[in-house]
Amino acid sequence: MKNRALSLYAFAYLAFLYVPVLVLPVFSFNDSRFIAFPLSGFTTRWYQGLADDSAMLHALGNSLKVGLVTALLSTLLGLSAAKAVTQVRLKGAGAALGFISLPLFIPDIVLGISLLLLLGATGLPLSLAAVVLGHLLVCVPFALTVLIARFEGFDRNLEEASADLGENGWMTFWRVSFPLMLPGIVASLLLTFITSFDEFLIAYFLSGTEATLPIYIWGQLRFPERLPMVLALGALILTASVGLVVLAEIVRNRGVKRPMVGA
Amino acid sequence: MVVNRGRNLGKGYGLLAPTLAVMAAGLAAPLLLVAVTSLKSQNGMAIADGWTLAQYAAVLGRASYRSLFFRSVLISGAVTFVTVALAYPIAYFVAFHARHKFIWLVALTIPFWTSYLLRVFAWKIILGFNGVINSAAMQLHLVDHPLEFLLYNPFAVVVTLAHAWAAFAILPIYVSLEKIDRSLLEAASDLGDSRLRRFLRVTLPLSMPGVIGAAILIFVPTTGDFVTPQLVGGTKGVMLANVIETQFNGVGNWPLGAALSLVSMALVGAIALLFVASARAATRAAR
Amino acid sequence: MSFLSLSQVSKSFGGPPVVDRVSLEVPRGEFFSLLGPSGCGKTTLLRMIAGFGTPDSGTIAIDGEVMNGVPPHLRPTNMVFQSYAIFPHLNVFDNIAYGLRKQKLSQDALRTKIETMLATVRLEGLGTRAADQLSGGQRQRVALARALVREPKILLLDEPLGALDKRLREAMQIELRALQRKVGITFVLVTHDQEEALSLSDRVAVMESGKILQIAAPRELYERPASRAVADFIGEMNFFHATLREIGSESFTVNAGLLGVLQLPVANLAPGLKSGDHILLAIRPEHVVFASQGVAGEIAAATFLGERSHFHVKLAGRSEPVAVSGAAPPAGAVHLAFPAESLIALPAN
Repeated sequence: MKNRALSLYAFAYLAFLYVPVLVLPVFSFNDSRFIAFPLSGFTTRWYQGLADDSAMLHALGNSLKVGLVTALLSTLLGLSAAKAVTQVRLKGAGAALGFISLPLFIPDIVLGISLLLLLGATGLPLSLAAVVLGHLLVCVPFALTVLIARFEGFDRNLEEASADLGENGWMTFWRVSFPLMLPGIVASLLLTFITSFDEFLIAYFLSGTEATLPIYIWGQLRFPERLPMVLALGALILTASVGLVVLAEIVRNRGVKRPMVGA
Repeated sequence: MVVNRGRNLGKGYGLLAPTLAVMAAGLAAPLLLVAVTSLKSQNGMAIADGWTLAQYAAVLGRASYRSLFFRSVLISGAVTFVTVALAYPIAYFVAFHARHKFIWLVALTIPFWTSYLLRVFAWKIILGFNGVINSAAMQLHLVDHPLEFLLYNPFAVVVTLAHAWAAFAILPIYVSLEKIDRSLLEAASDLGDSRLRRFLRVTLPLSMPGVIGAAILIFVPTTGDFVTPQLVGGTKGVMLANVIETQFNGVGNWPLGAALSLVSMALVGAIALLFVASARAATRAAR
Repeated sequence: MSFLSLSQVSKSFGGPPVVDRVSLEVPRGEFFSLLGPSGCGKTTLLRMIAGFGTPDSGTIAIDGEVMNGVPPHLRPTNMVFQSYAIFPHLNVFDNIAYGLRKQKLSQDALRTKIETMLATVRLEGLGTRAADQLSGGQRQRVALARALVREPKILLLDEPLGALDKRLREAMQIELRALQRKVGITFVLVTHDQEEALSLSDRVAVMESGKILQIAAPRELYERPASRAVADFIGEMNFFHATLREIGSESFTVNAGLLGVLQLPVANLAPGLKSGDHILLAIRPEHVVFASQGVAGEIAAATFLGERSHFHVKLAGRSEPVAVSGAAPPAGAVHLAFPAESLIALPAN
C-alpha cells in the first residue's frame, strides 16, 4: 500500500521536474507569438528564424569558444591536481582540495564582482578571456571530482606492472595510464563544457562587448515578440545539453561499474 | 602498500601547483579586493583614497537593507524547506523501492544540467498573467480571471528555486539513505517496530546528515541568487543579489556593493553554521 | 657465482630499517622463498630486486651484473603482483603479449608463443576473454603467463596465492611447483604462509623485522630451527628451559629441570653455544610420546583431528601445557617421554 502511494509520488515528482522544461520545446513549435494555451498549430518558422539571426550566431560562436577553452583548461588543471592528490600522499591535500572547491560555496554574484574588481585593479579589459577565468573557478571543482573518482579506482600496480614488463615511462603512460584515464577525461571535458556553455551571471559581468549565448538570451527576454525564437533556441540547447550529459554519464561509467579497476 | 615518498613528494606538489595558482589568482586575490574595496568610498565615477567604514555602517544601519536581508533569508529558508520536504520521499523511493536506481538517478538529474537561465525563463512563461497555467485554466474554465498571485512575488521565487535546486536535495538525502545498513532495519522489525515506527526511530535519524547537508547546500547559494528574483520576483521578490548587481551596473556604488556582498556572505555563513550546530545538538539530544 | 646475489642490502623509510643488512645467495633454477610475518620487510626486499625502490646501501646482482640503478623495465626480472595487476582494458591475449611488444615478433610467432603459454598455465582457449570476466584463479594464471612469456632470468612472486580460497590455493601450489620444475626458471616467492613456503621451496629464508633469521631447506628449517623465533614461526614447538653442561665430540649434556639430566646428539646443538649457557630445549608435538614411564602429567585438553589427535598435557611444576600430537594415550595415568634425538638445543634469548 505504501509502495503504491510512494510510486505515484515518484512519478508525479518526475513530472514536476520535467514539465517546466518541456514547455520550451512544446511552445517552440507553436504557431503563435503568444506563449499561452490554446495551441495554434505546428510550425518550424521560429527555428528557421534562428538561422538568420547573426547576433545570435555570433554569441553562439563566443560561447563555443569559451566553452571549449574552459573545458580543456579545467580538465587539464583538474587532471594534474587529481593525479597529485591520489597518487602521492601529500600533506595538506585536504586543505588544498577544500580551497579548490571553495567556488562551489560562494554565490556566483560574488565571484562575478570579485573578478570585476580584479580586472579593474590590474587594468585588464573585460573580455571573453576574463570569462574563461571566471568559468575555470566554477568548472575546475567539477573536473576534479570526476577525475579523482576515476583515479581512486585505479590500481597503482598497473603502472608498475607495465614497467616490470619492459615499458619505459612514456610507453607506460601511452599504453596503460592514458587509456584508463580516457573515460574520466572525456566525461570531465563534456561536463565542464556544458557548465561553461550555460553559465550566465559571471559571463554577464566579465564579457564586456562580446556576448555569450546566455547573455544574448537575457537580452532578448525583454522583447515579447522575440520570445518564441528564444524558446526555439532554448529547446535546441536543452536537447544538446541532455545529449552531452547522457553521453558523459555513459562514458564515465565504462569500466567503473566494477568496484575496483584492475584488482 | 608503502607509498614512495621523497622524489614523488616534489612531483606531487608540482602537479598541484598550477591548479592552486589559478584558483589563488581567481579566488583569493579577487576576494581580497572585495574586502579592500568595501572599506573605501566612491566619489562619482572613481574610488576615493582613504579608508572608511561608512559602507558597513550603511549596510548594517539602513532599515531597507535590514529588510532586504530578512526577506532573502526568509525566501531561501522557505525554498530550503520546500525543496528538502519534497525531495525526501523521492530519495526514499529510489533508495528503497526503485528497481533501476541508476536510471532513476540519471532521470532525476538530467533536467539540472540544462541551462538554469532557460529553466527560470520557463517558469516565467508558466506562471505569467497570460502564461501557461493561466491560459490553460481559463481554457478549461477553471477560473474566470487569470490568477495574479503566481508571478512577480516571493511565491514565484520560491517555486522556481525549489524546482531549480531539487537535485541538490535529492542526491545528498539519497546517499545517506543508501548508506543505511539494511540489517539495522531488519533488526528493528525483529525487535517489534512497525514500519512507521521503524522509519521514525531508525531511518529518519540515520538520514539526518544527508538532510542537513542538503539544507546547507541549498540555503547558502539561494540567498545569493540573481536570475530568479530578477526574472520572476518583481518588486516584492527582490533579493540580495539584485541589489548588489545594481551597485555594479553602470553608475553604482562599488564599495557599497562590496560591503553588501561580504556582509551577506558572513550573515548567511553564520546562519548556516548555527543551523548545523543546532541540528547536530538536536539529533544528539533525541538519542 | 650464484645467480641472484644480495649483499648487505638495507632500506629504511625515514624510521627504523625495513630491510636490515640482508645478504643471500640464490643459485640458478632454485625455488626460493622469503617467509615472515606482515611488516618483516620481505615484500620491500622483493620489490627492490624487481627495481621498485632503491636500497639505501648494499648491492643486488643478477647473473653477475650489479642491478643497483637499473630501472625495472630494463631488469631481467619479472614480477607477479599480489593484486595481479591485470590490465583491465586488454583481453587475456593482449595482457600476456603486453611485454613482448619490443621483441617485434611476427603475428604468427606471437600467436604461437602466446598459445603455448596459455597451454602451459592451463588457460587454453581463453585468449579472447575480457579481463573483468576472469575468476581469481584465472587472473593469477594470466599474471604468471604474462611474466613467464618474457622468459625472465628470475620470476618474482609477491604473495601470489593470498587472495585465493583454501582449496584453490592448495591446487595452485602444486601447479606452481610443477611449473617451476618445468620451465626451470629461478623463482623467488614472498609469503607469510609457512606451509606454503615449506611445501613449494627448495630453500626458505625466514625474516623478521628486516633481518634474515635463517636460510635453509624446508626440512632442516623444520627439524633444526636455529632460534626460538624461527622455531615459533614454523609449525608448533614445545620449549623447556635448561642449562648446557658439557659438550663432547658425539653428544652434549643438559640439565633440563623437569626432564632431568639428558644426553643429546651433538647434531642437535645450535651453533654458538658453550658450556654453562642457558638454553631452550625444543621438541615438536609429534615427537613427544605417551609412555608407561616418564614425566607424569594429566591431559588438560584433547582435540580429535581425524587420523591423529592433539593434546595439551599439564605437567607438575610447569605452567604451560605440553602439546602432544599423535594417537590417543592408554587409559589411566599419563606419562610423557621425550626422545633424545628429537630434542634440539637453542639459544635462550
